[in-house]
Amino acid sequence: MNITEKILTKASGKNTVHPGEIVDANVDMIMVHDLTGPLAVEAFKKIGVKNVWDNKKVVVILDHQVPAESIKAAELHKTMRKFAQDQQLRIYDVGKGGICHQVMPEKGHVLPGTVIVGADSHTCTYGAFGAFATGIGSTEAATVFATGKIWLKVPEAIKINVEGQFQKYVTPKDLILSIIGKLGAGGAIYKSAEFTGPTIRAMSIAGRMTLCNMTVEMGAKNGIVEPDETTRKFLEGRTAKPLMPFESLKSDADVSYNKVIDIDVTDLTPQIAYPSSVDNVKPASEIGNVRVEQAFIGSCTNGRIEDLRLAAEILKGNMVKDGVRTLVIPASQEVYRQAITEGLIEIFTDAGALVCGSTCGPCLGGHIGLLAPGETCVSTSNRNFIGRMGSKEASVYLASPATVAASAITGRITDPRELEASKA
Amino acid sequence: MKVSGTAVKFGDNVDTDVILPGKYLVLIDPNELAKHAMEGLDPTFPEKAKKGVMVVGGKNFGCGSSREQAPLALKYSGVQCVLAESFARIFFRNAINIGLPVIEHKGISAAVETGDELMVDFEAGTIQNLSKGKSFQAAKLPSFILAILADGGLIENLRRRLNKK
Repeated sequence: MNITEKILTKASGKNTVHPGEIVDANVDMIMVHDLTGPLAVEAFKKIGVKNVWDNKKVVVILDHQVPAESIKAAELHKTMRKFAQDQQLRIYDVGKGGICHQVMPEKGHVLPGTVIVGADSHTCTYGAFGAFATGIGSTEAATVFATGKIWLKVPEAIKINVEGQFQKYVTPKDLILSIIGKLGAGGAIYKSAEFTGPTIRAMSIAGRMTLCNMTVEMGAKNGIVEPDETTRKFLEGRTAKPLMPFESLKSDADVSYNKVIDIDVTDLTPQIAYPSSVDNVKPASEIGNVRVEQAFIGSCTNGRIEDLRLAAEILKGNMVKDGVRTLVIPASQEVYRQAITEGLIEIFTDAGALVCGSTCGPCLGGHIGLLAPGETCVSTSNRNFIGRMGSKEASVYLASPATVAASAITGRITDPRELEASKA
Repeated sequence: MKVSGTAVKFGDNVDTDVILPGKYLVLIDPNELAKHAMEGLDPTFPEKAKKGVMVVGGKNFGCGSSREQAPLALKYSGVQCVLAESFARIFFRNAINIGLPVIEHKGISAAVETGDELMVDFEAGTIQNLSKGKSFQAAKLPSFILAILADGGLIENLRRRLNKK
């Protein structure tokens, strides 16, 4: 069996599972946020069960519309605070957490080998830790609150085997954009995307999170990386729970896959997803003159300290071009604190970028930095759909933190290697 | 369970941001959400949907966000059923869970034009294009999913199952 099948086998109390089989899995952890939680609370009340099945396994994170940008959002937050209090749930409120997919692993709620569901499509991010994690809707979240169980179809798996070393300013974001460009927006529907190979083994947790995060953009049910020493080091001190032995969380050597993709990143260059589909991917070097009014560095895809370091390295000593609003949003309070310690916030501020408190904000056009008709944004986030970041007549191009930082300086979408070359 | 209505056709990769833009996610009342259904692709859609329509999509319908507000907006705008070549999995589950019937069939997009009268029989797994006099056999949904749809959604279905115990 592969790692996903092994996790689902254990979670459903079986001896083995096969792709296509429907299993009733025990859920180890569920997360809801301020935009999906209120509907889940409403649905939960209709079920007629008094308490959630296990209040240690439900986490509430306020992140999408924080701090409340409207009275309506404030009401949603109030609903979630009350529910968390009534049910005695762990809640990460404004100033205490950040973006849900960063906070969940940071605070030790994501453990290898567990089944995690979240009322947010990017829940698949936690596969970076060797968990089976997938997004669900609010109603389904309510039924998990009540029962602790969810039906799942065991997915077929795609193996993505990665080797080679990234060139300077080429990142895991460029890798996942290139994969989505090849497979297509529906290329992995219902499937598990398993990342493996020497490049993945050498990759930071941040990079693995970026890869797994965007697997949903090709329709995957989950993205997953076998846990290893890098995983163990990240989790050390973040959880009091014992980690299950990682040996059992590896795909068997003889397992067969729906598809195997071999990628060598040695010659990979910075990639861009053009509007308005995530699979509309081309190399940054071929983009020509695309002027931008906004540059956004942040989100659950690329708001981690590693991403901010990379952006700061490029922005240091430069000013963002007049006419380019540059927003930097650390993915969590922990990331924000670390960025202060490392002097990154100073670099961003000196460069004329605006650093905001941790929120999903502009990524989903919720608040902070919406786009007017005719405007263009280059963004480290995960979606460029019509109307995603504001006006439906605006355009969103997706790229790595290095590409977005370079573009903020030049005012047009720029291959970061171009700036490096001009320095030399 | 049988549902019928007039087809309104869309293309491939219809995402949840065009079905229900993120700025409306602070709305709770499904009737308010319904006023913005499909706003990203066709702002006149809610008007068209009132009489009870069948949305026909291409591949990967409902991709993107897990927002249940997307199928809710469709359901309350008057959509009777969504038919597509394939669905994004979270949208598929969400639709069933809120009691919006969905059915997947390869080739359905090419076999239907906007304005055609369609009928879907979920027990039989058949799709009829009454305007063109054609019938298609889709894969039947598993019985436990049909039961969720018959109950009107997952909450009602769970209540019924819990009461039985």
